[in-house]
Amino acid sequence: MAKIQLNGKKVVIKPKYSIFDLLKKYKLSNKKVAIEHNGIIIPKVNYKKKLLKNNDKVEVVTFIGGG
Amino acid sequence: MDKLKKDIFKVAGKTLNSRLIVGTGKYKNFLETAKAVKASGADMVTVAVRRVNILDKKKPILTDYINPKKITFLPNTAGCFNSDDALRTLRLAREMGGWKLVKLEVLGDKKTLYPNMIETIKSTKILTKEGFKVMVYCTDDPLLAKKLEDNGASAIMPLASPIGSGLGIQNKVNISLIIKQSKVPVIVDAGIGTASDATIAMELGCDGVLINSAIANAKKPILMAKAFKDAVISGRSSFLAGRMNKNYFASASSPIRGLI
Repeated sequence: MAKIQLNGKKVVIKPKYSIFDLLKKYKLSNKKVAIEHNGIIIPKVNYKKKLLKNNDKVEVVTFIGGG
Repeated sequence: MDKLKKDIFKVAGKTLNSRLIVGTGKYKNFLETAKAVKASGADMVTVAVRRVNILDKKKPILTDYINPKKITFLPNTAGCFNSDDALRTLRLAREMGGWKLVKLEVLGDKKTLYPNMIETIKSTKILTKEGFKVMVYCTDDPLLAKKLEDNGASAIMPLASPIGSGLGIQNKVNISLIIKQSKVPVIVDAGIGTASDATIAMELGCDGVLINSAIANAKKPILMAKAFKDAVISGRSSFLAGRMNKNYFASASSPIRGLI
């Protein structure tokens, strides 16, 4: 198990969990989102490759209403 | 009519059908947002970039209501008070949507939401180098507007008055000076309060207007969206038609000849 920070909240995930798995868990696979992993933007093609480890910081952002 | 047909509005090579761009913030819900956007006739909307609510998996998101394939999403950097935050936001937006056309706003003061032009110019330069097409929210200072254009801005977006204030255009002279000197589109952004303010902006010769609060905070937002659509079309036609000269004395409309 690994503890990560997802959008500022502590979340526990299974070992060898990828960004792809994380998005699936939160039902975000089909949504328009972008990912920042420890301050670095991850291109969509690398979601499966990028495995998460303890203390990682992940930000998942989307478009919301704004002026 | 022929002249109107050929009156094409282009920003960064992208042709837009409407000179009215609308924001998607402050609405009651997404349904109202979508209805107002439709009524406004806008084919470009501004959107913000924020964290996904991970606790509520079923919560709808904006793209469930407004299709980015039909309406151009213009990601903004609202809420950013320095260049680093603005750059981070727009790089994420580019990854998310694949769009290079963005709206930059770097704020300098929480009370007035007045833009920090030093950080704004710096960010415009960096973003342009990275291949972004940057529409830039700015003060109505003609010198700074020129600086933005020199640094690659795709559109100059001076404020009419502070964001969300509804005070309308406070400095027509400055807006006119910016219009006269700019080779890229000038779009009045922020501070428009009601439909006639938008008409005034268009009559001055602005290429477009960006409206959010004036529609979203109206008692009937969808009706106000329609009012803005008409106001912008009217203002543009009026600008193209060329207004009559102002005179200090009267000039009778009916001929004197044949007077009984």
